[in-house]
Amino acid sequence: MTATAPTIEVLRQHLIDPEICIRCNTCEETCPVDAVTHDSRNYVVDAAKCNFCNDCISPCPTGAIDNWRQVDRAAPYTLAEQLSWDSLPVQQALAAGTSAEMPTDVARITAVATAGQGGDVIPPWSAAQPCVNLYTVDRPAIATVSGNRRLTADGATSDIRHLVLDFGGAAFPVLEGQTIGILPPGVDAGGKPHRLRLYSVASPRDGERPRYNNLSLTVKRVTADHDGAPVAGVASNYLCDLNKGDEVRVVGPYGTTFLMPNHPGSSLLMVCTGTGSAPMRAMTERRRRRVALREGGTLMLFFGARSPGELPYFGPLQKLPGEFIDVNFAFSRVPGERRQYVQDRIRARGDDVARLLGDDNCYIYICGLKGMEKGVDEAFRDACRNHGKDWDALLPALRAQGRYHVETY
Amino acid sequence: MAIDYTEKIPNNVDLAGNRTLQRALEHWQPEFLNWWADMGPEGTGQADVYLRTAVSVEPKGWAHFDYVNMRDYRWGIFLTPAEAGRQVNFGAHKGEPAWQEVPGEYRSNLRRLIVTQGDTEPASVEQQRHLGLTCPSLYDLRNLFQVNVEEGRHLWAMVYLLHAYFGRDGREEAEALLERRSGDADNPRILGAFNEKTPDWLSFFMFTFFTDRDGKYQLCSLAESGFDPLARTCRFMLTEEAHHMFVGESGIARVVQRSCEAMLQHRTDDPARIRALGVIDLPTVQRYLNFHFSVTMDLFGADVSSNAATFYSTGLKGRYDETKLADDHLLVGATYPVLEVRDGKLASVEAPALNALNEKLRDDYIRDAAAGVERWNKVIDKAGVPFRLKVPHKAFNRKIGPLAAARIDPDGNVVSAAEWAASVDRWLPSAEDRAFVASLMGRVAEPGRFANWIAPPARGINNQPVDFEYVRFN
Repeated sequence: MTATAPTIEVLRQHLIDPEICIRCNTCEETCPVDAVTHDSRNYVVDAAKCNFCNDCISPCPTGAIDNWRQVDRAAPYTLAEQLSWDSLPVQQALAAGTSAEMPTDVARITAVATAGQGGDVIPPWSAAQPCVNLYTVDRPAIATVSGNRRLTADGATSDIRHLVLDFGGAAFPVLEGQTIGILPPGVDAGGKPHRLRLYSVASPRDGERPRYNNLSLTVKRVTADHDGAPVAGVASNYLCDLNKGDEVRVVGPYGTTFLMPNHPGSSLLMVCTGTGSAPMRAMTERRRRRVALREGGTLMLFFGARSPGELPYFGPLQKLPGEFIDVNFAFSRVPGERRQYVQDRIRARGDDVARLLGDDNCYIYICGLKGMEKGVDEAFRDACRNHGKDWDALLPALRAQGRYHVETY
Repeated sequence: MAIDYTEKIPNNVDLAGNRTLQRALEHWQPEFLNWWADMGPEGTGQADVYLRTAVSVEPKGWAHFDYVNMRDYRWGIFLTPAEAGRQVNFGAHKGEPAWQEVPGEYRSNLRRLIVTQGDTEPASVEQQRHLGLTCPSLYDLRNLFQVNVEEGRHLWAMVYLLHAYFGRDGREEAEALLERRSGDADNPRILGAFNEKTPDWLSFFMFTFFTDRDGKYQLCSLAESGFDPLARTCRFMLTEEAHHMFVGESGIARVVQRSCEAMLQHRTDDPARIRALGVIDLPTVQRYLNFHFSVTMDLFGADVSSNAATFYSTGLKGRYDETKLADDHLLVGATYPVLEVRDGKLASVEAPALNALNEKLRDDYIRDAAAGVERWNKVIDKAGVPFRLKVPHKAFNRKIGPLAAARIDPDGNVVSAAEWAASVDRWLPSAEDRAFVASLMGRVAEPGRFANWIAPPARGINNQPVDFEYVRFN
């Protein structure tokens, strides 16, 4: 925070936990000032009306009523936001101009995505200062599509695309590892505007093309839900179908911790699957553009996909010299070959992995499907055990040093 | 107004100021205690239970938590404070001051409404009396007892109205409430669902989720009554009813969570393997859900009902959230869709809204219940298990009303008797399902321990830890 940052007047906002609430209406019945209301989904508290009399607390049979978040008094969670929640947002840091104003959707998605790292972490000490939340849902940036090409092979089952967005005259500074929000046009079945979707930036801070005000995204067309039932992902299909020249509403940027170190000699250990490669591409590309500076440090990448044809950026990755980056592919669906997952490759490279985990200058990044978390964790544990290290003791230290970052979905 | 627990019958209705009524209730009290001893929860003899007791009806007072010896529990009479200038808000008497005494012409209908509501309260205690022997944890045992004592208090609430406002008829009805028995062939409880057994905890959770939710909707409708003492009584009962639904909703959520955990851990969705792991497979949960939902559908009464129309027109029983609805509150000329079987299919036909009030309340209920089921689906989604629970069609497995004559599957298709017989074990719990669930029911009564088939709750009661000693056996 800078010395000129405006001070925030903090409000302890009364909220109801939608995961525990059973919608019994007792609170609404009890409230003497009609601050509690509901729709068919949630019970909510109007911050402008609640007078903290606490009459509603003891009658609540579940304890859902007894929840509080410190917020900027000027911008408490609105009723509309509360009505859209599936769970309470995590407490946001109250720094001016930063995450205090972060949209709840972003907080919610981020909380889920970073759950695997076991709580809040700090960024690497040498990370650049990120800009966040420059553009909001009410005031989005308008970007123009300047490229949209398919990354996966023609015969591949998934359609993953490399999308380039140009911001023209609008400032949209991002760092590698940050995300941006896309606002798909139109409304959902309930008549509400579609929620924003977050995408990791796949290009380095100076743009997909240096000195152009653009950035790239890696977008997979969603055609099935988590259960495998056919469903067309609203935002991904919208993005994948965009043509050059189309305009897109963008909010953000977001993310203050999943950032790369900048000090010479720092190393990156990256593990990803599918479109989880986007931030890895951004960081790798940042390093590649600075190779001539001979800053040192090593890059090690574990990258999983079903087959080479399904792996975004497979071609360009293969062309990178081995002395620049140590790339390890794991393919789980290559006919005639044993199924390989990233954790198998990590185990196979256990010596080098253990060395990097123990190196104070190495920063670890995991991004991709939630399902990979457990396997990676176990592989790290094995690698440590084989080298006389205790992963359970090491992990908290990695977190405390801002060296361990997870974003999974 | 604080409640004086040194009084024989704690109350906030100035019982001491009406000696006749006080004596009548003091006469009924030992009969109630005998009934409680005979039919109340089994095996509670010496237990101290961490219960919520109302010490006043003000918001700060009615949720007082402490250990109470079950034998010393004091059931009392509590009404929500009177609202000055309250009116009859619907029907022919709309706009008149709310009645503080029973209007003579509506006496028998009002008595019938109160008796029918009152009868469900002891009935559910009777249905649940054996569950304490198979509790999955002290936390759950405590919740069972809380539900039971509050059902007992709700009986008191209705008996107070009968004694206070219906003279001799009322006293006789109050006695009959203690004489009927759930499931008794000769003298059963009035409503069908309250004669079904609640043999295991899965049934108990389903019952508290679905059937007590019917209670919520009935109480909400009665809380709109033009008869002010009934409205105020039901209003206060609603605050307690909420806990019962919490027990059901969180109970099933925990069952489902545990099942999903076992499925993921052992990478299986095969019901036989899941059962072998000692947890309840989700299709069985769905069948129990189908059963309790459909039985509860019948509690709302016939789809087209002249009684319902009369109760409404005469200002005795309103709609859910009556005063929040924006219409004439008379329902003159209005219609409402009800279902009938036509040409081998369910068809929606418009009935006079006054006659379709049961159906409207049923539909209000279904929306609420379905939203709760979605909460369970969130637990399943969160675990990443590809399964969804859903409420069956409202016409499924009906025993009351015109739909009782048809056989309707859970999706709302009319099926033949042969199709029904061939599939009923996929739709409703079979004897084998019930035997399996019963086989899991073993008593766990150490603080912090939970039966294998259910996950611990997310948080304890009154912010106590989950491993708190919620029941002390002395």
